[in-house]
Amino acid sequence: MSQTDNGNSAPLVRVENLTKHFSVRIGAYGETKATVHALDDVSFNVQRGETLGLVGESGCGKSTAGLTMLQLHRPTSGQVFFDESEVTGLSDKALRPLRRRMQIIFQDPYSTLSPRMTIGNAIGEPLWLHELATGQEAQERIAKLLDDVGLNPAFAFRYPHEFSGGQRQRVCIARALACEPEFIVCDEPISALDVSIQAQIINLLQDLQEEYHLTYLFIAHDLAVVRHISDRVAVMYLGRVVEMAPKEKLFDNPLHPYTNALLLSVPVPNPRQERQREHTVIQGNVPSAISPPSGCRFHPRCPLAFEPCDHEVPEWREVEAGHWVACHAV
Amino acid sequence: MSVLLDVQELQTRFKVRKGYVYAVNGVSFTLEEGETLAVVGESGCGKSVTMLSLVRLLPPAASIENGQVLLRGEDLLQLDLRQLRDVRGGQIGMIFQDPMTSLNPFINIGTQMAEPLIYHRGMSKSEALARSAELLEMVGIPDGEARLREYPHQFSGGMRQRVMIAMSMSCEPAVLIADEPTTALDVTIQAQIVELVKALRDRSGVAVIWITHDLSVVAGIADRVIVMYAGYIVEEAPVDALFEDPRHPYTVGLMGALPSLEGETGTRLTTIGGSPPDLEDLPDYCPFHTRCPYAFDRCRTENPMLELVADASDRGHRAACWVDIREVEVQSNGAGASS
Repeated sequence: MSQTDNGNSAPLVRVENLTKHFSVRIGAYGETKATVHALDDVSFNVQRGETLGLVGESGCGKSTAGLTMLQLHRPTSGQVFFDESEVTGLSDKALRPLRRRMQIIFQDPYSTLSPRMTIGNAIGEPLWLHELATGQEAQERIAKLLDDVGLNPAFAFRYPHEFSGGQRQRVCIARALACEPEFIVCDEPISALDVSIQAQIINLLQDLQEEYHLTYLFIAHDLAVVRHISDRVAVMYLGRVVEMAPKEKLFDNPLHPYTNALLLSVPVPNPRQERQREHTVIQGNVPSAISPPSGCRFHPRCPLAFEPCDHEVPEWREVEAGHWVACHAV
Repeated sequence: MSVLLDVQELQTRFKVRKGYVYAVNGVSFTLEEGETLAVVGESGCGKSVTMLSLVRLLPPAASIENGQVLLRGEDLLQLDLRQLRDVRGGQIGMIFQDPMTSLNPFINIGTQMAEPLIYHRGMSKSEALARSAELLEMVGIPDGEARLREYPHQFSGGMRQRVMIAMSMSCEPAVLIADEPTTALDVTIQAQIVELVKALRDRSGVAVIWITHDLSVVAGIADRVIVMYAGYIVEEAPVDALFEDPRHPYTVGLMGALPSLEGETGTRLTTIGGSPPDLEDLPDYCPFHTRCPYAFDRCRTENPMLELVADASDRGHRAACWVDIREVEVQSNGAGASS
């Protein structure tokens, strides 16, 4: 986790002006066509060995960003570079060798494991698909992977229903690790778990990162967790990244009014502090991504909104080294 | 302050194929007028079943085996269903976790909101609708009268939870039971809902039981906290005492597992190893001992009672533990992995 954004080394993943729109039909009978602006003009880098946290409320496009980076969604426009080569526009066949190097862990460990497959087979499947190991060698790899994630290797012959949520998430992590990836998108990997189990999984992800020099895109809505695990953090609102900075800067000196509002919304686990704290609650709801507000998408809820905010999209600029923000008022 | 709700030795179990699941095992607590009590614990610890048992909103497989639930001196467990209906929604209001499923999608908001007012308060339909419109404005939904004609799908998650709160408060209950009301919501909306409930509580003087798994929410809203584990209350304390001087190893573990927005990062989170036990037997040992870094012989043979902690700063600070954790050094703090 030492290599943060210093601009020297080439990033492992580079995202440029990435846009993803979904066509949907709305109205009671689906009679109206509409476009969901899930991701609009998003650009950022993920450095080798770092953890980039991606936070925002539901529907802000953070999962779409992760899936589009992996080409699990094909982008509407924009480019994604993995290890300096462009992956957008590659055919499925050409993507396959790259898929081995980028993996994903999903939120819900209940629906992402087939109930009819032993966990050994679930973990082994990527090995067989990518022709990395077979027979005895594969069995040894599976045992090693189970051991790596803190499970008994003898569990390989059991089925998912025999495991708790936390243990299933460990299986999903082992499966993601099976083909020795460099980059893992962790899409809310702990939100479905209990507090005491969350801490176990966070520690596990950090240990594995150190051992295997992994690079994470850590998607979450829990700011305290993101602060704990990330090197840098990007904040998304309604399909756009509004602020990105090393985590110390982002949490100690948030520049975007939305980041600030998010931080003020997080309850502090200290009763005396909570009582004294000013409770300025951000008003209203996140608008629809089908017809996002013009100009800055945050302007209808923003306490700092002024003249240009409702018609001019704020520029995505670097205000100090490594600290990016898109706001007219900053 | 006087005692509003007095729960004694409540026991609830579920019939399953193999026997029973012991969900609530002799839980006793009190709630005073106007007080906010938080109930904290992980999934399956019995916190929701305890509170649902108070108004007997339980699935058929569950049965209340023992206990008393005295609301202003009247035992709710002895009431027949007709009498109980006056309590549900009348004297005890409830808000549930998922605002998406607790409203009927086929019925407009106005009709749903008017129902308890007509039933409990004997209002006419038009009176009830007028009152519902006022209630919507009170919970921060502008243009209440027009929105009464809308259906649940036309409201966002946060707005639906506001509707639920307005409904549960409509008959001016003495107790409001909020079962994880903010868990399904985003953090900015969660903050709005917490502020709303606090404002309503301060205005109406309703006593609140706030069920949650999130200790950070508790800090901002509760007067007193109950921590539950495996169907038992393991610690009970005023909110300041609990956060500053937690005495049960499980409470300590939960707090260590919380990442924070302040202070050092880069440190490891302390974890509670293993996972919660099955509840298929009533234990004659401390149910937490398998995950407890302080456990010794006695913990494996005797289940501790909830008792006043040593040198308590408050008379209400009780814990169920054989160990005074301030006096014992722990070598390893429950090293992470479960298997």
